[in-house]
Amino acid sequence: MNKEIYDALAKIVGGEYVSNKPEELFFYSRDQGSSEPHNPDIVVLPKTTEEVQKIVILANQEKIPIVPMGGSLTLAGLCIPHKGGIVLDLKRMNRILEINEISRYALIEAGVSEGALQSYLNKNYPKLMHSIPDAPPINTIAGNVLIHGSGHLSQETGFHSEMLNGIEVVLPTGEVCNVGSCAVVPKWFARPPLPDLAGLFLGWHGSTGIITKLSIRLYPKPLKKDVLVFVTENPDYIPDVIYKVTETKMAEDVNLFAQPKPDWAEGFQQTVINITGNSEEEMSFKRRLIRRSLEKFIHDKEGGFMFIVPIVKKGFLEAPLRALTQFADVMKGGGFEYIGVIIPIENFPQTYRDTLEIAKKYRPKWSIMCRVIGRGHSMMFAYSWPFNRANSEDVQMARKALKESNLSALRNGGVIWKACVEGQKIMMEQMDPNTLNLLKGIKRFLDPNNIMNPGNWEVN
Amino acid sequence: MNKLRFDETICASCKSYDCLVKCRYLNLDLEKAKDEKRKLIKGEDSIVLTDCVTCYSCEEYCPYGNHPFYQIVELQEAKGIYPAPKPITNQQIKMVSPTGKSAYEEMRDPVISLCVFPEAKKSLRGNLFNDPSSFLGKDYFCNLMYLHFGKSSIIKERLPKIIENIWAHKLDKSESKELVCYHDECYATYASWAPAFDFEVPFKPVHFFEYLYNRLKENVKNIKALNTKIAYQRPCSNRLISDQQHWVDDIFELIGAQRVEREFDRENALCCGGPLRMQGRDDLAHDLQRKNIEDMVAAGVEWCVFNCPFCYYTLGGMVKEKKVKPIMMIDLCRLATDDIKGKRSEGYE
Repeated sequence: MNKEIYDALAKIVGGEYVSNKPEELFFYSRDQGSSEPHNPDIVVLPKTTEEVQKIVILANQEKIPIVPMGGSLTLAGLCIPHKGGIVLDLKRMNRILEINEISRYALIEAGVSEGALQSYLNKNYPKLMHSIPDAPPINTIAGNVLIHGSGHLSQETGFHSEMLNGIEVVLPTGEVCNVGSCAVVPKWFARPPLPDLAGLFLGWHGSTGIITKLSIRLYPKPLKKDVLVFVTENPDYIPDVIYKVTETKMAEDVNLFAQPKPDWAEGFQQTVINITGNSEEEMSFKRRLIRRSLEKFIHDKEGGFMFIVPIVKKGFLEAPLRALTQFADVMKGGGFEYIGVIIPIENFPQTYRDTLEIAKKYRPKWSIMCRVIGRGHSMMFAYSWPFNRANSEDVQMARKALKESNLSALRNGGVIWKACVEGQKIMMEQMDPNTLNLLKGIKRFLDPNNIMNPGNWEVN
Repeated sequence: MNKLRFDETICASCKSYDCLVKCRYLNLDLEKAKDEKRKLIKGEDSIVLTDCVTCYSCEEYCPYGNHPFYQIVELQEAKGIYPAPKPITNQQIKMVSPTGKSAYEEMRDPVISLCVFPEAKKSLRGNLFNDPSSFLGKDYFCNLMYLHFGKSSIIKERLPKIIENIWAHKLDKSESKELVCYHDECYATYASWAPAFDFEVPFKPVHFFEYLYNRLKENVKNIKALNTKIAYQRPCSNRLISDQQHWVDDIFELIGAQRVEREFDRENALCCGGPLRMQGRDDLAHDLQRKNIEDMVAAGVEWCVFNCPFCYYTLGGMVKEKKVKPIMMIDLCRLATDDIKGKRSEGYE
């Protein structure tokens, strides 16, 4: 990329916030996942929407690829600049602009991290919370919303994209556009009843525009929380376990994990049921209803509640769950694939069995982590393959495991979540042709020069 | 496999059937108890096998020391009538499975087994203790908890190696050949269960409360009477070694703690509810816990004192909700001898 472009970008954001130094390009060329790294030409860190707009206009004019980046923690290579160009790191856009206590929403910039909003609310609005994904706190809220992430309130309220009230987006041609109630009135409280344009940007991995602001829903923060862990040894029971627990409407969050370590976890499915409340009476009532909902399994001796010692319970009650991030480096070397599939709940048993087969074949260390979405309408089924990045053979094995997991997920009736480029291709191969054409048309309409995160959702 | 020393003729000639009549969970009158006992002696199916909550109390109620509870567990396992759901039992079996990675470590007398409870180590300090040697871990875990799961076989399988580890790694080269057992369950293993099944124990188990009492006696000049009312949560495994119960009163007397008269204490003590939860008997657990705590509150106690960490894990938070302070016995004693006022047991909540 020529010096004029560099200088123009420096003029927009200031010299300190643009770089083409090899050591910085190195870091922006990869994530912790197994995707092949690729250097950007320039990294730029804007502070305002206006700066983003100017950068996009320049990139569009010069037909330079541009890759928006939040925390770069998708682990699926979604922020890797496969075709070079500009990586637009949004972390400086980290202002919390408004907390509406009555309508319960937070208006934030795209670079605000989960941890920053969580601590801001804890300090200033202790009665409010947002849904926290089990990712490192540095991951950005915008990024997580855009990949249809999920978190501790997703069982009750759905994917994080469903908790989105509105966005400000810079289109690939440079226009700044508001979506949601904020498009009509200066309040960011809902997307309905307008035509819902948010879908033009959700799940597109930054290939249709750059989100610069967003409003997400906040929720009342209960005073008490507790966790129950229901243990089974037969995956065939899980759909029914989830059905019965969600039927009570008493659980705030329902997860499931299965892994070979520690020893006591191997061979079991642990369904983790979080409950919250404002008094011990309420908690006790909820505990009893949930326990009763699973009585049949207990009576048949096929499932039961684990006794959790306090120190372990503290770990289960953390948000985000630190144990997951610790697991990420279990192989050492910093490699970690944590991707998965969104499945209908009845497909759990087969998906589980196939994942274990893949694990047996490729990965000595593995973990399955699932989250029930929206009172049991679907499930995020994630498989984690940690690997040693310093060992190329291990990286190759992780890639094979990933590919096989993706194929198996589709075979089992699931849809790959935050799919890497390879995963997107696999899905597009079996996508309804009319849907594919619609994707293509939208992409062409919004991004005529194909500058936005090229490689992603590229319909040939 | 070692067989239980159980004399059928003693039960057959028993007149009181205390083991079953006194059981507060089965609710059997003398005639029904007699009938069920007859079935048990013959090894037949009985509601005792399915409904036993594994509180261990019948071991205490039997006037002849004929091990009625150990026999129930033997029969449960033989017939595949397990008190807890299979995944919970199997998970528990894995959870404290020996690692085989332990090795010899130099010890000084007294040698204290802390079972598998690391929290206990934090309390072994201050004026009362003179830096005793202690150890813990899966390779030294007595495994008696599997009585709650109808799995004597696990204890039988693991105990010889556990005893061998304790002897070889901790006691063989020590002076006294005594093992101070922090947890009632460990003491009960070596003093009650192992002899009942003819397992040889080469060391002398000493109940932690005996050791604690002696330490208090030696430090009597440092004791500041607590002048407080307490409730004691008697652990299930103490039912296997009821001759050791007096230490509780002896200790309370030394430190000026008043063990209040209440309904659910001593022989009438209630299970903490933890094993019942694991067995899936939630309503019963809930009911027992409620009654037990209401009884403590009605007696006007300041503290609920535990010796079993598992009981503390189960009830600690619940008593605290009712403004009763949970504390381990060792820490209550340290309140009387050390300047740790207000400091609670660490790591149990």
